[in-house]
Amino acid sequence: MPAVRDTFSAFRRAPLLSALSITTIAFSLFAVGLFGLVVLNIRQALEKVEERVEIRAFIAEKTPVEQIALAASDVAKYPEVQSAELVTQEQALERARRELGEFKDVFEAEFLPPSIDIHLKPGYRDPTSVHRVADRLKAMSFVDDVRFGEEWIAQLYRLRNIAGVAGVALGLAFAAVAVIIIGATIRMAVLARSREISIMRLVGATDGYVRRPFLIEGFIKGVLGGALALCLTWLAIRLVGGYLSFQTVFFDQTIALIGIACGAMIGLFGSAFSVGRHLRKV
Amino acid sequence: MIRFTKVTKEYPRLGAALSNASFSVAKGEFVFLTGPSGAGKSTILKLIYMEERPTDGEVRVGGMSSVTIRPRDIPQLRRRLGIVFQDFRLLEDRTAEANVAFALEVTGAPRSAIGNKVSRVLTQVGLASKASSYPRELSGGEQQRVAIARALVNDPLLLVADEPTGNLDDRATRGVFQLLREINASGTAVLMATHNLDLIRRSDYRTIELNRGQIVFDSAEAAKAALERFAD
Repeated sequence: MPAVRDTFSAFRRAPLLSALSITTIAFSLFAVGLFGLVVLNIRQALEKVEERVEIRAFIAEKTPVEQIALAASDVAKYPEVQSAELVTQEQALERARRELGEFKDVFEAEFLPPSIDIHLKPGYRDPTSVHRVADRLKAMSFVDDVRFGEEWIAQLYRLRNIAGVAGVALGLAFAAVAVIIIGATIRMAVLARSREISIMRLVGATDGYVRRPFLIEGFIKGVLGGALALCLTWLAIRLVGGYLSFQTVFFDQTIALIGIACGAMIGLFGSAFSVGRHLRKV
Repeated sequence: MIRFTKVTKEYPRLGAALSNASFSVAKGEFVFLTGPSGAGKSTILKLIYMEERPTDGEVRVGGMSSVTIRPRDIPQLRRRLGIVFQDFRLLEDRTAEANVAFALEVTGAPRSAIGNKVSRVLTQVGLASKASSYPRELSGGEQQRVAIARALVNDPLLLVADEPTGNLDDRATRGVFQLLREINASGTAVLMATHNLDLIRRSDYRTIELNRGQIVFDSAEAAKAALERFAD
């Protein structure tokens, strides 16, 4: 196939320019990748904190344990609920002693009320969902009080929203810069071959024939640049991760493949755009 | 083969490069296009291979009209023409053979046919022994012969040459001109833009002279007028 042969001969004829294009694509995507990793790790950390969102429904005195157990199993069936656990007076005391260490002797039996401790499913840990579940619990006749750290959840949710919006805005800005830089690099490669393009057209090459090797070249450069960016990001997280006090996470296989596919698409469409613009001009 | 009907070509800032030009070139004819720099010779050639479209009038080449041709049909037109330039326009990183083969590859010709055709035209231009040479290893005259071979490889109806001897010494000029004559003798029409009055004087081909975008002399028209006067 002449287009594939032309593509590889373009790599062979201008190895420096090809390497420069791939490196530029790689470093542009590396910046996006690093930013993506920071966002991913912040999200992961927030999810860990969110897992601690808990609703505790304190049960009125003298409520039979069987009734509480039945209510707990009912609550566990709510669509928002991940788990609903019955905590008896004895278990509550034991937990308080465990959590408060040196003050453990202060507590005596029968001092703490029994409760149903509820953990919510991911996606239902926002203030609205928490309130909704809390209100249903409050409506139960044997529930004395419901606690869920209202202020803390609201702040956590605000932080999560800010992180999400900042992540999308900065991510788009990084991606736009990457596309511009990669576009300029590809344009350079097209301009370097403008003489060849004009000769091709003079001898009767169709625009499709002229475009094809550039598209293949852009695609291959994008894939190689994307793969190199992925390796660089992995190396960076390995190096930096050693100095951090928490466990960092890396992209899973799907996100890694999406990253490489993005590189390929940027290479492909960047080339299509640059060569198309050039063909319209000459 | 070629017909210009009241063709005007204007450029936004430069003004008219060609004004109201009308002429025809028949199949198998050899025509010189001459005149000072900026007279409109290259504009006529560009209008023929449709790199430019007329501002007014019509250019017809091999049955295709500048008025109705679609951009996607222009490559088909160019495959029926051979185009040669003063600066050769060879790809420096390809051998003579590859430069010629290139013109066939872009037309989608089968690989099996390319080799034979390339060696045939390289032999025709006298460069069979230099097929593997790169342009930098060839003299100016030889490079122009490669360019002519590339123009010939698609068996064109018309060879358009824009100052093909402009960069060559006398000996190479004579050689290239002789080659163009042979090509014409085998049936291909040749339209050659040139400053070289010596070449024009030494041959009896039709000459169209341009000045400031206007045809000021056409030897075919002059001969026709003389004949008419003689008949009267």
